[in-house]
Amino acid sequence: MSTMLDIQGLTKQFGQFTAVDDVSFSVAAGEVLGFLGPNGSGKSTTMKMVTGFLTPTAGTAIVCGSDVTRDPIAVKRHIGYLPEGAPLYEDMTPSGMLSFVADVRRLSGAQRRNGIDNAVDKLQLNEVFNQQIGTLSKGFKRRVGLAQAILHDPDVLILDEPTDGLDPNQKHHVRQLIADMSKDKVIVISTHVLEEVDAVCSRAIVIARGKMIADGTPADLERRSTYYNAVSVRLHRDHVDTLKEALGGISDIERIETGEHVGDTAHVVVVSKNGATIIETVNARMSDRSITIEQLYVERGRLEDVFRQLTGDEQGENA
Amino acid sequence: MSTSLAIAKRELFAYFSTPLAYVFIVIFLALAGATTFFFGGFFQRGQADLQAFFSFHPWLYLFLIPAVGMRLWAEERKSGTIELLMTLPVSTTQAVAGKFIAAWIFAGIALALTFPIWITVNYLGSPDNGVIIAGYVASFLMAGAFLAIGSFVSALTRNQVIAFVITAAVCFIFMMSGLEPVQSAFRGLDNAFIVDLVASLSFLTNFDAITRGVFDLRDFVYMASVIGVFLFANVVIVDLKKGS
Repeated sequence: MSTMLDIQGLTKQFGQFTAVDDVSFSVAAGEVLGFLGPNGSGKSTTMKMVTGFLTPTAGTAIVCGSDVTRDPIAVKRHIGYLPEGAPLYEDMTPSGMLSFVADVRRLSGAQRRNGIDNAVDKLQLNEVFNQQIGTLSKGFKRRVGLAQAILHDPDVLILDEPTDGLDPNQKHHVRQLIADMSKDKVIVISTHVLEEVDAVCSRAIVIARGKMIADGTPADLERRSTYYNAVSVRLHRDHVDTLKEALGGISDIERIETGEHVGDTAHVVVVSKNGATIIETVNARMSDRSITIEQLYVERGRLEDVFRQLTGDEQGENA
Repeated sequence: MSTSLAIAKRELFAYFSTPLAYVFIVIFLALAGATTFFFGGFFQRGQADLQAFFSFHPWLYLFLIPAVGMRLWAEERKSGTIELLMTLPVSTTQAVAGKFIAAWIFAGIALALTFPIWITVNYLGSPDNGVIIAGYVASFLMAGAFLAIGSFVSALTRNQVIAFVITAAVCFIFMMSGLEPVQSAFRGLDNAFIVDLVASLSFLTNFDAITRGVFDLRDFVYMASVIGVFLFANVVIVDLKKGS
């Protein structure tokens, strides 16, 4: 595993406002990095600096050995980039658009043919290949944007919100595509759809107000949730008090939350202290008292909670 | 270079994929013809030359060329495609050059389509074709100078209408600097050098000299310099403003 993307102290200031503040991390081939954060947290700005669109105020990014501040053209050759919102030349057809990108990337002969065929095939653009982009649906536009990004089989693929605006089938398809391509590449995707992180990312970085605040596998992040290893119980509402009594005095239990009743069924969440495993103890106590339950499961921890915990509730609209 | 050409190809395609190209060419040809025959008195002059034709080009360009240049960068910034373009392995200079070349080729196509008037004048008499060729070259260079200004202004804004109006205004100032109202204002300074300097910056002065058959390399150099200066400024502005 070699490092293909190395970000060193990347900082961007717009006047007095610091959009990205000293962000450093490196990504090795084969990793799919999820870049998480609320809107306006600096995700897109970071990506724009790595792809050579914006010049960093300080720091740099090394992509496959080239420094983006010294040799941006070399960096751009290694990168495939889908900008936020997938901007495209709407007066062109996907065919014209891909030819243009192939021309600028100086692909020729078999490499060019295979690149275009492969991209069209992977993103299923055949039926709209000669239709004007401006007339295409949002999903197709996004796919044309992805096609131009993977045309030259880049070592580093940077996708800013690749599944935004796609329907569930298309989302699944794009995730599949990302997973298929990830073997010998670095893929960085920004998103605020947290299920996506679980679905495709091998690593997640959370950024808020321009600063990196977490870096780990999605499972690591889930472990930071207050609900990690919590036990969820559904039972008849008459038994709730008995259950609470039965669980008294267990030191690994932080608190017991009681949710709304649905009909006669109550939902109780037993939150564990510091993520300790409490399912066995809880189960044993319940069978001692022969409390009948309808459903019992262990919470994995919720990424959304971790995200909110880390990035602060005042920006909760984006969670 | 091949990168610039790839960009130029796309831009040229973009012109012809909208009605703008056809509207522009038709209007340009109609106005070029009308001004030559009605205002220029092509027949009444009784001379086998194209001065009546060329002398109106600056005025036609004044409001037609800004329409060609206005979309070059403003549209890219408005639609966000500038991010796509500038994250391809393209330098700002290559992108600016590619777009300018496309617009200039387009203006060249419109100008070349006036060839029937050249045939006409050769049919009617025996003009000095060297002067006519110089006139075409000068007209083409002047279109390039207007376009360079247009491309530069287009990079300053994301609104095409603003780009059009400002380009026309700047071009107008450049044209007028050789004419009497401007000159008399500067004569008040009582400094012959400044008066001559301002006059020498005029498109009209330089252009008229060439079309009259007065060959002075400096007139060509002047046009080329205007193109160079504004394209350089264009590169600087694109670098500064692309992210905003």
